[in-house]
Amino acid sequence: MWYLTAEEEAHAAEALSSGGFFAEWAGVMLVLPFVAFLLIVFFGKRMRRHGAEFAIGALAVNLVWSSVLFFQNAVEGIHREVSWVVGEIGVFGGDRLVFELGWVVDGLSIMMFWLVSFVGLLVFVYAVGYMHGDVRVTAFFAAFSLFAGAMLVLVGAPNLVQLIIGWEGVGLASYLLIGHYWEDLDNVRAANKAFLVNKVADVGLILGAVVLGFTLGTFRFSELSVAAFDHSPELAGVAVAAGLLLFFGAMGKSAQFPLHIWLPDAMAGPTPVSALMHAATMVTAGVYLMGRAFPLFEYLASDTRGLMVAIGAITLFAAGLLALVQDDIKKVLAYSTVSQLGYMMTAVAAGGYTAGLFHLFTHAFFKALLFLGAGAVIHAVHSNNMSDMGGLRHYMPRTHWTFVVGSLSLAGIFPLAGFWSKDEILATLGYEGYTTVMWIGIAGAFVTAFYMARAVALTFWGSYKGHGHPHEAPAVMTVPLIGLAIPSIFAGFLNVPGVELGPIRNFTAWLGARVVPMGDHHAESVDWALAAVGLAAALTGLVLGWLVFSPDADTQRARDRFRIPVLYPLLEAKYFLDHIAWAIVNATKGPLARLVDWTNSYVIDGVVNAAGFLSAALARFVYGGLDQRGIDLAYNGLSQMADAAGMAARRLQTGRVQQYAAGFVVGALVLVLMIAVFR
Amino acid sequence: MFETGWGLSLIVFLPLVGGLVALAIPKDNEALLKRWSLLVALVTFLLSLWAVASFDFGAAHTFQFEADLPWIPAIGAGYHIGVDGISLPLLVLSTLVVLLAIVYSWEHWEEPRNPKAFLILILILATGMNGTFVALDLVLFFIFFEVVLLPMYFMIGIWGDKKVMRIPGFAREIETRLYAAIKFFLFTLFGSAFMLLGFLALYFASGDVLGERTFDIPTLIAAGLETAPGGLTATAAWLIFGAMFLGFAVKVPMWPLHTWLPDAHTAAPTVGSVLLAAILLKLGSYGFIRIALPILPEQAQVWAPAIAVLAVIGIIYGSLACLAQTDMKRLIAFSSVGHMGFVMLGIATLTDIGLNASIIGMVAHGLITGLLFFLAGSMSHRYHTREMARLGGNLKLMPVIGGILAFTAMASLGLPGLAGFWGEFMALLGAYNPLPGLDLGLFRTAMVLGAIGTVLTAGYMLYMLQKVNLGEPSEEWSGHTFHDADRYELAAWVPLIVLIVVIGFWPKLVFGATTDAVVSLVDTAWGGASETAAAIVTTLGG
Repeated sequence: MWYLTAEEEAHAAEALSSGGFFAEWAGVMLVLPFVAFLLIVFFGKRMRRHGAEFAIGALAVNLVWSSVLFFQNAVEGIHREVSWVVGEIGVFGGDRLVFELGWVVDGLSIMMFWLVSFVGLLVFVYAVGYMHGDVRVTAFFAAFSLFAGAMLVLVGAPNLVQLIIGWEGVGLASYLLIGHYWEDLDNVRAANKAFLVNKVADVGLILGAVVLGFTLGTFRFSELSVAAFDHSPELAGVAVAAGLLLFFGAMGKSAQFPLHIWLPDAMAGPTPVSALMHAATMVTAGVYLMGRAFPLFEYLASDTRGLMVAIGAITLFAAGLLALVQDDIKKVLAYSTVSQLGYMMTAVAAGGYTAGLFHLFTHAFFKALLFLGAGAVIHAVHSNNMSDMGGLRHYMPRTHWTFVVGSLSLAGIFPLAGFWSKDEILATLGYEGYTTVMWIGIAGAFVTAFYMARAVALTFWGSYKGHGHPHEAPAVMTVPLIGLAIPSIFAGFLNVPGVELGPIRNFTAWLGARVVPMGDHHAESVDWALAAVGLAAALTGLVLGWLVFSPDADTQRARDRFRIPVLYPLLEAKYFLDHIAWAIVNATKGPLARLVDWTNSYVIDGVVNAAGFLSAALARFVYGGLDQRGIDLAYNGLSQMADAAGMAARRLQTGRVQQYAAGFVVGALVLVLMIAVFR
Repeated sequence: MFETGWGLSLIVFLPLVGGLVALAIPKDNEALLKRWSLLVALVTFLLSLWAVASFDFGAAHTFQFEADLPWIPAIGAGYHIGVDGISLPLLVLSTLVVLLAIVYSWEHWEEPRNPKAFLILILILATGMNGTFVALDLVLFFIFFEVVLLPMYFMIGIWGDKKVMRIPGFAREIETRLYAAIKFFLFTLFGSAFMLLGFLALYFASGDVLGERTFDIPTLIAAGLETAPGGLTATAAWLIFGAMFLGFAVKVPMWPLHTWLPDAHTAAPTVGSVLLAAILLKLGSYGFIRIALPILPEQAQVWAPAIAVLAVIGIIYGSLACLAQTDMKRLIAFSSVGHMGFVMLGIATLTDIGLNASIIGMVAHGLITGLLFFLAGSMSHRYHTREMARLGGNLKLMPVIGGILAFTAMASLGLPGLAGFWGEFMALLGAYNPLPGLDLGLFRTAMVLGAIGTVLTAGYMLYMLQKVNLGEPSEEWSGHTFHDADRYELAAWVPLIVLIVVIGFWPKLVFGATTDAVVSLVDTAWGGASETAAAIVTTLGG
């Protein structure tokens, strides 16, 4: 067994403040959304806004609370951990295995607390407008609160077990929200798909927790981090296995190839759900887990890097290509999210803790913005398909401009937020020696810019192809758009290498407030050459996309030219991954399950029924053949007793039971005698 | 009261006495019958809570509130009862579920009604179940174990499903309830016969070691029948463990001895299914922990790999079978095979973690599957069918029942934060490192397969929700208005829901009682091996 010594604890948490009141009681943030959930469930229907008040109130308090922590951490760096024992079992050698719930307040969790609260609050406010008049507003906000609450439990988890609780809680909430319109079974299937694909990945997470928990004798991340930092030999023995298991878990939630297949279907839920899911509360969980367990990968399990980087790289490029061929605007954005998650995962896997999580941070703003913008458009034209849109810049100017801001930021155009975070990822990949992957990342930037140019052109430019007269969204929806557009522009400046903002340190320092140093590389200054290459790729993508899809060109011909043989059908079929997944599910649910059921009825029960049949035949023979002829007087008496007992239950017509019982008793007695004699 | 040793006897026999008194109440006076039964069950439950309050958790590994009276001195059988941290949670579960069953029955009688007989059977059943959990004498244990059989047999046979069915391979048709009741009875009796055989063999063996034959469980544990001079040969011990294994494994039920379960659960009246799932199955797994493992610890090590293999087969097989079901109740019934597989996997690891896992797994399964059967019963009471193909849109027709069904399905698939998670997670944790000497490769394979089983579990639970709860109501039901959950149903269900959530977030409610008892059990049985384990880990840790 290995535990944190006082000495190690001291050197690890050096120079970090304990954060005072707000850190000590940060658990309030984890509990509030659940309180809101219960209030909505029991009183929501009686409220004027159907319970949205509670959901928004809880997140508003959380935003204030986490903002205080955010500022404190920016100035001095916080590490504080509070744990309550909820279960304790003795294990061999007098040790105890402890299950705890609590909260960890450090650079990483504070960033997530703030992000979930900020994005969540804006999305909640937006949803009041978007969901107005929906059939189940109350249920929607209840599940929304659960979603945010479970995510806060996840990111605030000081140990793996609580993380798993939050993790699957997020899964549950997403299931409820994706299946919000459950009258339509297609939506239910999408919800099931999300839940099950995640459940497959969760096998990795749970087994990873088993391995780490057993090896360390604790589930705490802080002790895991210190053990990794100190190269504990015990942990080193399982580090690669445990690391890969955790990564497999992360691949589900963070939609890494080929487990990303659930995410595009998750569009079945109302658009605010997508905004939250893609920005703050769900898909970020996997990257967050990698960040939380980063010391394990950095100090012990570096052998896993090649594989993880490869999967991240495949994800970022393959999903980007898929975004090119979608007509559903939400699916464009969904595949874009998968691709961006690929960037984040690649970065963290390559050893870029700050780079990966900084991209998570900036991405949350512009992706939430884009989804909410798409929601406003869908709300106006009553269709998800870009072929029904076009020319909306005339009808929805505020939505248009904020959407353009989000697109440029996502495409990585200087000096918007996405430029800085993507550049940092590319720089990290280069520094860590993954040159090929760095070039894939640059190519991905080109693809990103291309499909966003296409989306903007088809949606907002050209002429309107849908029905009716679209109107700009109400203020309750456009204000959150603007609220997200601002950080989409400026958030990048928080982490410009070599630039400090007065007393407030930069993002790298905030995020580095952890129990042990993260050990990732930080550039002293911006690598302008690389930045220029990345920017050039993005600009090329924008221009090309614009040329192909802008309404001035002969769009039909351009699109036809774009239909490259082999590649285009492959993308249309989504690499056939869904086909494979369905084949697996159908084989399990169909032939395999039926085989088991058949075995049950005809093989196992066949033996049972045959035994019953033979016993009955034997009984008839004994009774009719032997007993009635008076050969065995003793048995005769016995069966008369059985007959007498049988009278009691005669109405059940089950005289046979007693005969068997008698047989068993006799058999048992004989066997006992045999054992007694031959023992 | 409990210190005198009478309290436990009261918990055990009060229901039986209550049942006998109920015999005197005229059949027509249903109100009095119901109130009387409820009172008896309530007092029994409160007594069990009182037992919890008086229980010394600091000494949870010792038997408390003991009564040890000579009973049949001629054969050395004593009236020895007591509880420790292992049996206490199960005893409370038993008294609670009986109480809720009676509350639920209040307005839900299945044909041919006859509340008097039904309530009396429940009360007799309660005595059998409570008695099994406190018995510390093999004969006493056996009698209580068998007492359970008859009331359940009659419940299924009289109030069960009257649909006529055909047995594959047989020309004659038979009513489902008859087939199921006979199958249930014979299967259990088959196992019990072997179990009795094992008990008798232990009895004779104890004479050779102690000089005096005894059925007393603690004495048998202390005797060390396998190692003491003059004790059992390895072959004899192997046979005895095997005999007891058959008895307990049928009850659990373990694959391939499980086929009575889907039939019995499906055919039984609602309350019968609930009691069967919530308590009766636990008698088997409890028997392993209370009797088989501590009395024959070396054989337990020999048998553990087989138990683990069968447990994992049960998990995968049970889940796959669920996916093939068209009858909602039968699906829930098959899910028990999978869930009890996790309980048995925990037991097979022979570790503190695994045994704790199995006990919390038993409690959780009792609460969750009990609730699922309540719901299935209430729904088939309203729809008059359990065919999932005919259901659908239940959440729209009955929002409260539908909502509770969704919650319970989530609990059943082991959602972390609800009670079912701990049993599964800790069984896997235990299987990662079983008792030293057991085949590590085999148990780790079992762990991975068990984890894959959780995916299948999620699969069939979501499938059931999709079929039953979601979508638009079919033509058959649209336009119908249904009574949503009534107050008796809610009164029976809400305590279960609350407990599922509370144990989910605060498993200490169970571990607080069990852990010391389990540690002591493991130390006594395989103390040497445990020290080796600690030594190995220390060496690894440098």
